[in-house]
Amino acid sequence: MRKTAQLSVLIIGATALLPFTDVRGADSSYAQIMRGRYLTMAGDCLGCHTPEGAKPFSGGRGIETPFGVIYSPNITPDRETGIGAWTDEQFYRALHEGISADGSRLYPAFPYPYYTRVTREDVDAIRAYLDTLEPVSNSPPRNKLPFPLSERIVLRPWDWLFFDDGTFKPDPNKTPQWNRGAYLVEGLGHCGACHTPKNLLGADEDKKHLYGNNLQNWFAPSLGKDLRIGLGSWSEDDIITYLKTGRNAHSHATGPMAEVVALSTSQMTVDDLSAIATYLKDLPGEAQEAGGNASSAVEGAVAKAGEAIYVDQCAACHRTSGEGVPHFFPPLKGNANAQQGDPTSVVRVILEGARSVPTDARPTPLSMPAFNWKLSDEQVAAVATYIRNSWGNTAPAVTADQVKDLRGKLQAKAE
Amino acid sequence: MARKLPDVDVVLVGFGWTAAILGQELTDAGLQVLALERGAWRDTSTDFAVPFIQDELRYYFRHELFQEASRQTLTFRNSSDETALPMRHLGSFLPATGVGGAGIHWNGQTWRFLPSDFVAKSHNEQRYGKLPDGMTVQDWGVTYDDLEPYYDKFEYLCGISGKAGNLNGQKQAGGNPFEGPRRRDYPNPPMDMTYAPTLFAKAAQELGYQPFPCPSANMSRAYTNPLGVQLGPCTYCGFCEKYACGNYSKSSPQTTILPVLMRKPNFTLRTGCDVLKVNVDNTGKRATGVTYVDAQGEEWEQPAELVILCAFAHHNPHLLLVSGIGTPYDPTTGTGVVGKNYAYQIVSSVQVFYDDKLMNPFIGAGSLGMGIDEFNGDNFDHTGLGFIGGGYLALWTTNGRPIETHPTPEGTPKWGSKWKKAVVDSYLRSASISTHGAVMSHRGNYLDLDPVYRDIYGRPLLRLTFDYMQNEHRMSDYLTDRAAEIAKAMNPREVKVNRQQGPYSIVPYQTTHNTGGAIMGSDPKTSVVNRYLQSWDVPNLFVMGSGAFPQNPGYNPTGTVGALTYWAADAIRNQYLKNPGPLVQA
Amino acid sequence: MSDPRLSRRQLLTAGAAISSAVATGTVDPAAARTIQGDMPWAPGAADRPRMVEPGPYRFFTPEEAAFIEAAVARLIPADDLGPGAREVGVPTFLDRQLDGPYGRGERWYMLGPWRNGTESQGYQSRLTPAQMYRFAIAAIDTHVRDKNQGKTFAQLSPDDQDKLLQSLEKGEVELRGVSGKAFFDTFLQNTVEGFFADPIYGGNQDMAAWKMIGFPGARYDYRDYVAKHGEPYPLPPVSLMGRPDWNPKG
Repeated sequence: MRKTAQLSVLIIGATALLPFTDVRGADSSYAQIMRGRYLTMAGDCLGCHTPEGAKPFSGGRGIETPFGVIYSPNITPDRETGIGAWTDEQFYRALHEGISADGSRLYPAFPYPYYTRVTREDVDAIRAYLDTLEPVSNSPPRNKLPFPLSERIVLRPWDWLFFDDGTFKPDPNKTPQWNRGAYLVEGLGHCGACHTPKNLLGADEDKKHLYGNNLQNWFAPSLGKDLRIGLGSWSEDDIITYLKTGRNAHSHATGPMAEVVALSTSQMTVDDLSAIATYLKDLPGEAQEAGGNASSAVEGAVAKAGEAIYVDQCAACHRTSGEGVPHFFPPLKGNANAQQGDPTSVVRVILEGARSVPTDARPTPLSMPAFNWKLSDEQVAAVATYIRNSWGNTAPAVTADQVKDLRGKLQAKAE
Repeated sequence: MARKLPDVDVVLVGFGWTAAILGQELTDAGLQVLALERGAWRDTSTDFAVPFIQDELRYYFRHELFQEASRQTLTFRNSSDETALPMRHLGSFLPATGVGGAGIHWNGQTWRFLPSDFVAKSHNEQRYGKLPDGMTVQDWGVTYDDLEPYYDKFEYLCGISGKAGNLNGQKQAGGNPFEGPRRRDYPNPPMDMTYAPTLFAKAAQELGYQPFPCPSANMSRAYTNPLGVQLGPCTYCGFCEKYACGNYSKSSPQTTILPVLMRKPNFTLRTGCDVLKVNVDNTGKRATGVTYVDAQGEEWEQPAELVILCAFAHHNPHLLLVSGIGTPYDPTTGTGVVGKNYAYQIVSSVQVFYDDKLMNPFIGAGSLGMGIDEFNGDNFDHTGLGFIGGGYLALWTTNGRPIETHPTPEGTPKWGSKWKKAVVDSYLRSASISTHGAVMSHRGNYLDLDPVYRDIYGRPLLRLTFDYMQNEHRMSDYLTDRAAEIAKAMNPREVKVNRQQGPYSIVPYQTTHNTGGAIMGSDPKTSVVNRYLQSWDVPNLFVMGSGAFPQNPGYNPTGTVGALTYWAADAIRNQYLKNPGPLVQA
Repeated sequence: MSDPRLSRRQLLTAGAAISSAVATGTVDPAAARTIQGDMPWAPGAADRPRMVEPGPYRFFTPEEAAFIEAAVARLIPADDLGPGAREVGVPTFLDRQLDGPYGRGERWYMLGPWRNGTESQGYQSRLTPAQMYRFAIAAIDTHVRDKNQGKTFAQLSPDDQDKLLQSLEKGEVELRGVSGKAFFDTFLQNTVEGFFADPIYGGNQDMAAWKMIGFPGARYDYRDYVAKHGEPYPLPPVSLMGRPDWNPKG
C-alpha cells in the first residue's frame, strides 16, 4: 500500500491540536505539524518516552544500559515537568548537541549522536508536533546510575572523545533515494544505537557500524552485506516488507524490534522504507564474522542430541528441513539471526519464546512457546548448536554455560 | 446488591465461536461491544503450546480445558417418569470454559446440512406421509439457499480443507455428490490421507458408493483468511479433539478472528465473569442488560442496548429459563417453547483388525478421513424402513492416544494378560468406521429447571430429559449394518460391531453435539427465536448456537452454527440496527 | 516478568503475567481481567504440566499400598510382552493422583442429595475418588480376610486375586458403604491411565508401555510419514520431558 507522508500519519492515534503559543515559531502550520508527527514516529520517540500504560510521551520509562537504568524525560508540553517552556533553539540543541535546556548534558541513551544529523527544519517540525500534545504533569524517577556516572559532567569528556555534532550531508555520488535512506538510518532511525557494537564506555565502535550488538540480553543482528549473518540474502522488498508488516519470508520482528515495527516503521511510507532498504543494501560487508568463529566441527554427541530435540520439538513449526513456512514460521535454514556469532537472541528465544509483532497488515501474533521449563542448559545448548550448524548454517557452538548465564540474567530481570 | 456499570451497545454472553464472529461483525458496524466470559484468557503459545499440549491424562481425562461440573452441570434422566440426578462428572459431552470455548478443543469436522434438512418436516411428510406421533420435527424457517453464502463465509474464515461435490448445481467428481450446491470450492485442498481411510474409500467404491475426503478445519496448507489472519499447516499430530492446537493449524476463534478483533478499540473482553441472568424491564419485552458475578464474587449489572447469548447450547436455554424469558416448554401439554426439542447425535462404530497391515493410528488429525453420504438425510429411499433421517459413514483417523484408543477384538477381557496381548497385537493394526446419525426431536426430550439441585450461585440446575427413540435406534442400526458391510469389504482379519444399544447414557463420551432448547422457527408458538435467531419475546435479545436447531441432522453442527451466526449478524447490521424491533412479524 | 518494551496497549488490570488456563472449582484470580487492544502474551509464560516427584507414597497407607501393588499386577501383569502396571510405576501414579485435585474430586459436582440412579445417570456417590479408594480397599480386605482365614488380598494367590477382582467387576461383592463395581471400574480406568499416561505422572516409566504397543508419545510432526502407508514408524517414543537421546552424553 503506497501512502503519502501526510496520509500515513493518520494511522497514528489522533492527538489534539492546541492553539498557538509564543514559544512556537510564527510559521508553524498544519502541514508542518503533520510532518513533525511523521518524523516523531520515524524517530520512535513514543517508544522510549512512554512507559507501559502511561500517557504518551510523558516520560519515566527505564532504559536499561550496561551502566544502569536511565529514565526518559517528559516531552509533553507541560511547562513544569515537560518541555513546554523550552524555546525552539533549546529543543534543537538537545537533539543536535545533546545538551538540555538548562545547559546540562544528556546521556547518550538519548541517541543524540544520531539525532545530530537531523536538519533544523525537521527538528522544528518535530517540536511543533510535540507542542500539540496533551500536557501531562509527570517527573521521571531518578536515574539508577552509580557515582560518578550519575553526574552529567562526565559526559563532557565522553562527548569530546566520541561525539561529533553535524547535520547530515548528502553524498553527491549517491542517488536521492540512497541519501534519504542514509538520512533516516543514521539520523532519526538511530538503528546503530542498537545494531552497532559499543566500546567499554558505551560509544559506537565505528569500524563495526551496524554489524550487530548485544544489549538488554538480546543480540541485535548485523545489518551488513554478509550473506550468512547480514542482510545479504534479503532483497530490498524483503527489507521493506519486514519493516512494514513485521515479518517477511526470512524473519519476524520480535523482542525489542517488535516495538520498533509496531510504533515506527510499520507506519512509515513505502517510499521511505524503500530508501532505507536501498541504503542498507549498500552497506559494506564485514569480513571478520563470516567464517571467522564459525564452527563446523560440532561434537557428534551434541549434534545428535540437538537433532533429536529439534525433530521432536521444533519441526512442528520449523520443519525437519529447517525451511519453516515463510511468513508464518521463520525458516531456520539460512536464517541470519540464528547464525550471529553472539547466540544470545537464539538462546533467549528458545528459553522464553518469542512473539511475532502484530501489525495491521499481519495481525496474527504467531508465537514460539517457551522451553525454559522443559529443556536443561545442555539441551538448549545442543539444539541451538544444531540449528546454527545444520542445512548449510555455520556458527559457533553454544555452551551450556552460556545458556545458564543467560537464564540467570533473565531470571534476575524478572524478579 | 449489584453495582451498575456504564452502558455498552452490545453485550455478548460467553466468548466462543459465535461471540467471536459477532464481535468482529458488530464492531465493524461501529458498535461498542463487550464480551463476558466466565473462564480465563487462553491462547496458543502460552496455554496450548507444542511443548506440553500432548498430555492425554491432563486434558482429556482430567478435563483441564473443559467446563468443571463443580461450577456448572445439569441433571439428567432418560424420561419424565424418572428422577433426574446430577451429571457429577463430564462424560457424554464436553463443554468448555475459557476464551474460545469448545472452539479450541473440537476436532474440526465442518459440514453443511442438506437442503432437505432445513425442511425436515415438510419434506419427509411430503415423501413418506405423516410423521409418527410424538415426533416434533419442525421446519427451520430458513432454507439452505438462505444460508449458502454464510456457509461459504464461515468456511473461508476457517480455511476448511475439502473438495466440492456440487458447484452451482454441477456435480464434481471426488467431492460429496449429495451436498447442497455451493458457489465455489473450499478454500484449501483436502488433507493428505493416512492409510486406513484409503482402504475404506477403496472398499466403499467397490460397493458402489462415492467416497470423498471429509471437510476439515485442520489446515492442509498454510492459509491466510479474508481477515488477514494466518493459520499454519497441520502436522497430523493426533491430538485434536479434547486438546487445543499448538501450531495454529486448527480453526478456532483464536486462530481465525481474535488477532483482528482484539486490536479494535471498540471491543472489550472481560474474563472471569459469570453471567447469572438477563435483565428485562417491567414490560418484559426489552432486555436492559445482564447481571454477572466476577471472580471475587462481586455482582455487577451490565446495561446494554443489545444482548446476545453466545454460550453453550445448554447454557443459553438455562439463562432464558432463570431469567423468566419466554414460555417454558411443558411436555405433558406440548405447549411452551423454551427447552423444547432437545436433540443430540446417535453414533456407532465398526472396527476392523488386521494381521498384516500397519495403520499407525497416532498419525492423525481431528477431521482427517474419508466418508460417504449415501445414507444421510433423505439421500436414500426410507420406504418401509421405519425411520427418517440418517448420517454419514466415515473412517476417521483422529488419534492413537493409548489411554483413549487401545482397541481389542470381540471377546477380549478388559484386563489381565489376554487383554495386554490383544492391545499389543491390535494397537497398530486396527481402524474404526464411525456412523454419525441424526436425532429427531420428540415430545419427551426437553430441557427445563431441576426442582432439587442447585449450582454454586443458588440457581436451579438445568434438567435434561432425553432418550433415543425407536426412530433413532432403527436408523443407527441401519447405518451400522451399512458400515459393517464396508468393513468386511476392507478384508480385515475380523470385524467388531459396536451398536448403539439400550437407553442413552450420560457416562461415555459420544459427541458434544447438543441441540435444541432455544429453537428457531416461523411461529412463536413453536419456537423461541425467529429465523434471524431473534427472541420472539424480547426483540433486543438474540440467542446463538446449536440450541436453535429444531432437530439435529446427521452432521457435526459447527459449520451450521457458524453460518447461522453470520446470517444473524447480517440481519442485525442491515435490518435491526436501522430499525430496532421485531424483524419478523409474528 | 514481561519485557516493558513489548505489549503497549494492553491489560488494564495489573495481573499475573503468566496466563492461567486452569480454572478449577476454586477461584483463580488470574482469570479475572479486562482485555482490550491486544492479545495478552508474556515471555516465558507457559501453562506447564505439574510433574510428579518420585519418592515414597504420600496417600496410601502401607496396607493400601500392599493391596494396590498386588491388584495392579493382576490388572496388567508383567509377562513376556513386557513389564506390567506394577513395574512401570502405576502404584506411584495412583498415589499421586489420589493425593491431588483428582483425588479430591475438585472438578466434580459433589453436592447432595445423593440417590442411586440408573446406569445411564452415572456416578452418584458422595465419595471423592480418594475416599472411594480408602473405603473400598479397607472393605475389600475385610471381605477377603473374612473368607480366607485372615489373609489380605495381597496375600492371596494370583488366581484367587483374579477371582476376587472378577467378582468385583461383576458387582457380586457386597461392600459396606461403597459400590464394589464402581470402585473396580474406577480402579481399572485409573490403572490403564497410569499405564499409558506420560511418564511425568509417575507411571509408564521409561515409556515402557508406549514402547510395547508402538506409540511414539508426545510427537508433534508426522508430515514426513503420512504418505508412507503401511510402513513402520522409525522413531522412538518421547515424553513431555524428552527422551534419553536429548542428552548429549546419552
